[in-house]
Amino acid sequence: MRIRLLLPLLFAMTALSAQAQTVKIGVINTYSGPLAAAGDQMERGIKLWMKLHEKDLPPGVKVELIRRDDTGVNPEVAKRLAQELITRDHVNLLTGVIWTPNALAIAPLVTEAKVPFVIMNAGGSVITTKSPYIARVSFTLWQSNYALGAWAAKHGIKTAYTLVSDFAPGIDSEAAFTKSFTDGGGKIAGSARMPVTTPDYVPFMQRAKDAKPDAVFVFVPAAKEATGLMKAFGDLGLRDAGIKLIGPGDITTDEELPGMGDTALGTITMQHYSSYGQRPENKAFVAAYKEMFAPKDEPGFMVADSYDGMAALFHVITEQKGVIDPDKTMALLKGWTFASPRGPITIDADTRDIVQNEYLREVRKIDGQNRNVELETIPAVKDPWKEINKPK
Amino acid sequence: MDTIFSALVSILFHGLAFAMVLYIVSVGLSLTMGLMGFVNLAHGAFAMVGGYVAVTLMNSLAVPFGFALLAAFLLTGLISAILERTLYTRLYGAAELEQVLFTIGLIFMASAAMRKLFGPIALPVHLPAMLEGQLSLGFRTVPMYRAFLIGFGFILILALWLGIERTRFGARLRAAVDNRRMAESIGIDTSLLFTLTFALGSGLAALGGGLGADILAIYPGYATEYLVYFLMVVAVGGLGSIRGPFVAALLLGIGDNACKYLVPEFGAFFLYVAMIAVLMWRPNGLFGRV
Repeated sequence: MRIRLLLPLLFAMTALSAQAQTVKIGVINTYSGPLAAAGDQMERGIKLWMKLHEKDLPPGVKVELIRRDDTGVNPEVAKRLAQELITRDHVNLLTGVIWTPNALAIAPLVTEAKVPFVIMNAGGSVITTKSPYIARVSFTLWQSNYALGAWAAKHGIKTAYTLVSDFAPGIDSEAAFTKSFTDGGGKIAGSARMPVTTPDYVPFMQRAKDAKPDAVFVFVPAAKEATGLMKAFGDLGLRDAGIKLIGPGDITTDEELPGMGDTALGTITMQHYSSYGQRPENKAFVAAYKEMFAPKDEPGFMVADSYDGMAALFHVITEQKGVIDPDKTMALLKGWTFASPRGPITIDADTRDIVQNEYLREVRKIDGQNRNVELETIPAVKDPWKEINKPK
Repeated sequence: MDTIFSALVSILFHGLAFAMVLYIVSVGLSLTMGLMGFVNLAHGAFAMVGGYVAVTLMNSLAVPFGFALLAAFLLTGLISAILERTLYTRLYGAAELEQVLFTIGLIFMASAAMRKLFGPIALPVHLPAMLEGQLSLGFRTVPMYRAFLIGFGFILILALWLGIERTRFGARLRAAVDNRRMAESIGIDTSLLFTLTFALGSGLAALGGGLGADILAIYPGYATEYLVYFLMVVAVGGLGSIRGPFVAALLLGIGDNACKYLVPEFGAFFLYVAMIAVLMWRPNGLFGRV
């Protein structure tokens, strides 16, 4: 029994002496359960990066990804997994995490263990303030919705009705949009919060319609909730009544857009990534994605974000030649810039949060396919929540 | 005033369509639970499989909607009959906990299989041109698809009622539900009857899955996410009846929509409050026989 336990250790020691430097990265993602569609997107971004760039590591340096399944919005599970990854698997770096509550549960652990933690999705603004070892490559909901509110107020939308899912990201979105929209002179005609999973959005949409606003601002989780909401919008004829549908890009993600049908046409969204983006980096990215997975699949924003997360991790690994020092890693992440498929991105040196372009997009039919067409670029947007709530 | 009236009509109409989908899926569950006393939580999985069959046939093979639904009904009915003969039948005498564990296991397997075969994203639904667009009722227009669901639901309940009340099969079924041992002793083959009813119930679920695919999205989480609605319809309606789940589906479907419309802050709770209230008043459901 003892000997069996010792064997892997022996192997590990011989491996070390052979000068091979293996960097262990713990990936916490949602691989199963009803929310696994999002996890699938994240996993694809990671796989795509590994396929294209594993060869670019310095000689002798290897990356080992240790994947763990948090099964959904489960802070306790995520925390336990992170603890196991840190204490048992001795990971050098931690990444992944779709859900904000999970990221918040992990934050104290990475502070204590000094394990750099690169957030690939979770968008709650507050996350990066919870540990000096957290950096984020994805987005905050304040970034897109604050920009959208300001844009709407300037572009002929005088009144808006807000409909959001009743959980943290929805409430963040509502707050961000309302703030910049009313600051810009817009008026909120009414608002409602909806259960996170709602089989039929008709009653909420009907309420919004009754208020006769210029636009309905919506946040619901991506995937089938967004599709259901879109159907209610179409069924009740809001568009025919001259009401616009606006929201963050979550409501028209590229991977779901084909399933939404033509009701989605004309929807205005603000977000940092569209698979139809015309940048050369994005064209190469989309082509590689289609080649690796399926020609009909479109990468959504989560694929781009996790791909960029891998880029950030590879940056710190390469710079340190595979010997990971936590504080040096964080120093390398601060101010890191990258020509991402979504445009130029930077990790803010002060807040360790992402700085990126936000794009105003409209769903249009291009060659028979509905796409998020980028119309305007708002460059280098920092997280407005941190700007507004700066520690004094 | 006029807008409120028109909004209420709209809510009633959409709620009715939603109720029909709930009813078509749940009625089979009510029958099998009432008849066999079997807690079949995997009922929603049959609806999911039916939805996948119908939508895939339409999307990939361009099979007309009606035929796709028929195929979903027959194929899922057949699959469920095989499962009933090989697996369910072993657990008829078992404790409820074992039945629950077994059927939850089935849900997980079905969901994982669908995820493997079709991927994690909800299937896009392309309705036939006939069901797209709006139907004019004179004073207002309503979506054609939802009008169709309502019409279909009423025809189905009529057909089921006639089938149970007026046919020989129905008479045997009622006899077996009322008193299984007596039914057996007068020569009714209850085992065969169970299999047929089980297949019929699962087939109806599949039909509901396919019909309702544009409201209850077909994705691997279907069987778990909507299960609570199906169970509520059965619990409120009462086991083993045809009209119980119908009344319950109407109450929950329309009530849920109306409440979400009128008081959105409270809307999500209506279903649960209504269920608790009904069950306090009639613990066996509105039309429960036991």
